[in-house]
Amino acid sequence: MLRRDRWRLGIVAMVVLAALVTVFPLSGKINLGLDLKGGAHIVLQAKETEENKVTEDSIERLLAVLRNRIDQYGVAEPVIQREGRDRVIVDLPGIQDPDAALELIGKTAQLEFRQVISATSPVPPGPQRQNYDSDEEFKKAQERWEAAKAEIDAGKENLARVGAGVEGSLVSRDDEGRHYLLGKTLVAGKDLVDAKTQYDNLGRAVVALTFSSGGAKLFDEATAANVGRQIAIVLDGIVISAPVVQERITGGNAQISGRFSPAEASRLSIMLRAGALPIAVDVIENRSVGPSLGEDSINSGIRAGLIGAALVFLFMLLYYRTLGLAADTALAVAILLVFAGLISLKATLTLPGIAGIVLTIGMAVDGNVLIYERMKEESLAGKTPLAAIDAGFKKALTTILDANITTLIAAAVLFYFGSGPVRGFAVTLSIGIVASVFCNVLVTRIILQHFMGRRSAAASLRTRS
Amino acid sequence: MRKFSIDFMKYRKKAILLSLVCMLLSIGLMLTRGLNLGIDFTGGNVVQVEFEQSPSIEDVRSVLSAVGQGNSIIQSYSDRGIIIRISANEESARKEAVDALRVKYTGMQVVRLEKVGPVVGAELRKEAMIALFLALAGILAYITVRFQFRFAVVSVAALVHDAVITLGIFSLTGMEISTPFIAAILTIVGYSLNDTIVILDRVRENWKNLRVQGIGELLNSSINQTLSRTINTSLTTLLPVIALFIWGGEVLRSFSFALLVGVLVGTYSSIFIASALLAEWWEKAPLRKS
Repeated sequence: MLRRDRWRLGIVAMVVLAALVTVFPLSGKINLGLDLKGGAHIVLQAKETEENKVTEDSIERLLAVLRNRIDQYGVAEPVIQREGRDRVIVDLPGIQDPDAALELIGKTAQLEFRQVISATSPVPPGPQRQNYDSDEEFKKAQERWEAAKAEIDAGKENLARVGAGVEGSLVSRDDEGRHYLLGKTLVAGKDLVDAKTQYDNLGRAVVALTFSSGGAKLFDEATAANVGRQIAIVLDGIVISAPVVQERITGGNAQISGRFSPAEASRLSIMLRAGALPIAVDVIENRSVGPSLGEDSINSGIRAGLIGAALVFLFMLLYYRTLGLAADTALAVAILLVFAGLISLKATLTLPGIAGIVLTIGMAVDGNVLIYERMKEESLAGKTPLAAIDAGFKKALTTILDANITTLIAAAVLFYFGSGPVRGFAVTLSIGIVASVFCNVLVTRIILQHFMGRRSAAASLRTRS
Repeated sequence: MRKFSIDFMKYRKKAILLSLVCMLLSIGLMLTRGLNLGIDFTGGNVVQVEFEQSPSIEDVRSVLSAVGQGNSIIQSYSDRGIIIRISANEESARKEAVDALRVKYTGMQVVRLEKVGPVVGAELRKEAMIALFLALAGILAYITVRFQFRFAVVSVAALVHDAVITLGIFSLTGMEISTPFIAAILTIVGYSLNDTIVILDRVRENWKNLRVQGIGELLNSSINQTLSRTINTSLTTLLPVIALFIWGGEVLRSFSFALLVGVLVGTYSSIFIASALLAEWWEKAPLRKS
């Protein structure tokens, strides 16, 4: 055995051993992307306004508040990171209800208590056709409703005119279409120390607030000054409720009762505890996959991979016989190396990533095909079988390298530009290319030299020629 | 072994003509029919829902019409799933549509939900173009260094040919183009190039026979010498891609279709187009030394 051959055998044995140790047992070792394990990927963009500019500081505070809210909501291993100047990426694995998650992180949650200066009446619900005997009556009812609505809208403009003269005032509405003219902020969310979900004696979910000592004092003054009048509770500019103050409240405790479902009340308490977002955000991207679809994707990926691999194994075996067996063994090692590479690079496996592995299976044997075809040619050109094998490896090497480096260039570009799933594809494709070149050039050669014996390989070359 | 030899160069004018016609048709299709760009590029809302037994598309459409989303694109897959693409961009429109469906079909499950804002869509479009351009430029540079400039130009021409025809077929079938499609196109670029390089590598090796053989014969023998490799590799690549297309699931369907088309077109262009262009170029303007 030549010294160089021993080196080769040593390297291959070490790599394969290391890969085996890395890969087995497989369960739980591979990082699955959100598209495979289920979860929500959300991209938020900070909304800049005249009075609230996007700054380093406001983005940092935004991240802290989001982290706080998500921790309290109870998501395992969330990823919250800044992207670029004014964007934040939030990855929430395993989320069952993406809409609830969006509510939780997308809302500013600016809570204010304001005095109600005046209000319009609510917009009555629109007429329903089935409550009327004829089309004509229904049409009349509709006209009446339109008129009432127009009157209330006119009332809003009136409120705005009056409000223009009141310092710090706000024109707002509630979800029944009532418009309000509100005085300046009396107490705000920042004066809170705690918010909890509770149930009132009618069994409705309410949010119980505890003010800080400063907040309690402000709230005390506000209620004392407004006994018998309405105080509006305003969240993100919308009136949640506007109760009439019965008596002065001194203890620093209050509760908000809107028409909350228990889940909504619990989200609101989380948001109030974690504090308002320092800057409003827009959801500009949202990709959520349920856990069941993720599992389906993994299963169909594995199925396609197994079938594809089986076909390739079979083809190589039928076409190249003994040499094919060597190529198939090399391919099996290549697949092992791809998984080992994924695990040791802590790369994330995505659905396109699985596709990348499946594709690698097909492209990986290309090196073997190149080498074998070259061997045949050399043998036809009159070389002895053993010389033909050596020449085949030697001459095919530069071709294999040139052909694969260009694919690597494309994969590198993909990695640089792609995001999430596509990046996962670039990763598996690159690992696959490196692994398969290694296997074509070293593993196949070792197998031919040490395990099958050059003679049987040469014989197989002869039978095919 | 039989030593067969096909005179590819005899058909080179016809091959170039055929490819030109296909490319023009593809461009024509893209200009008239357009491409079915997914929400990744246009922005919008997609909801994928699954049922015990999925209702007919007409039923789903009538439910959606009631909330003003009757013009959504509704597509069913297997016998229990439906993918709905809502044309409105607002989150609330999607929520209303899903709520309306939930009321009608109680066993319904939302398995996937995607929203892409128009800003993100425009950015992705730009990034995809830059990525494609950079990949081509990188490849051009690499081949120029390893081979020669003319080889690089004809390889990149063959790649553009593959990409344009794949796009044309996507326009024809109306299949959706999303970000994984860009990954597919770049993979096709890499793959088709792989094929071209193996042939050009042989041309480089045989270059010393240029005087004796002439460019046509040189290219012919190079293609023939590598032909069984080209065919075998295309087959081994096609096998898993076909498996992926058939069994890989709904999300990967258009991605694997792009690969399928690309591998076929790429194999053709490596054999016929790159070398045909090289021959034409050489006959018009031979280089004295190389």
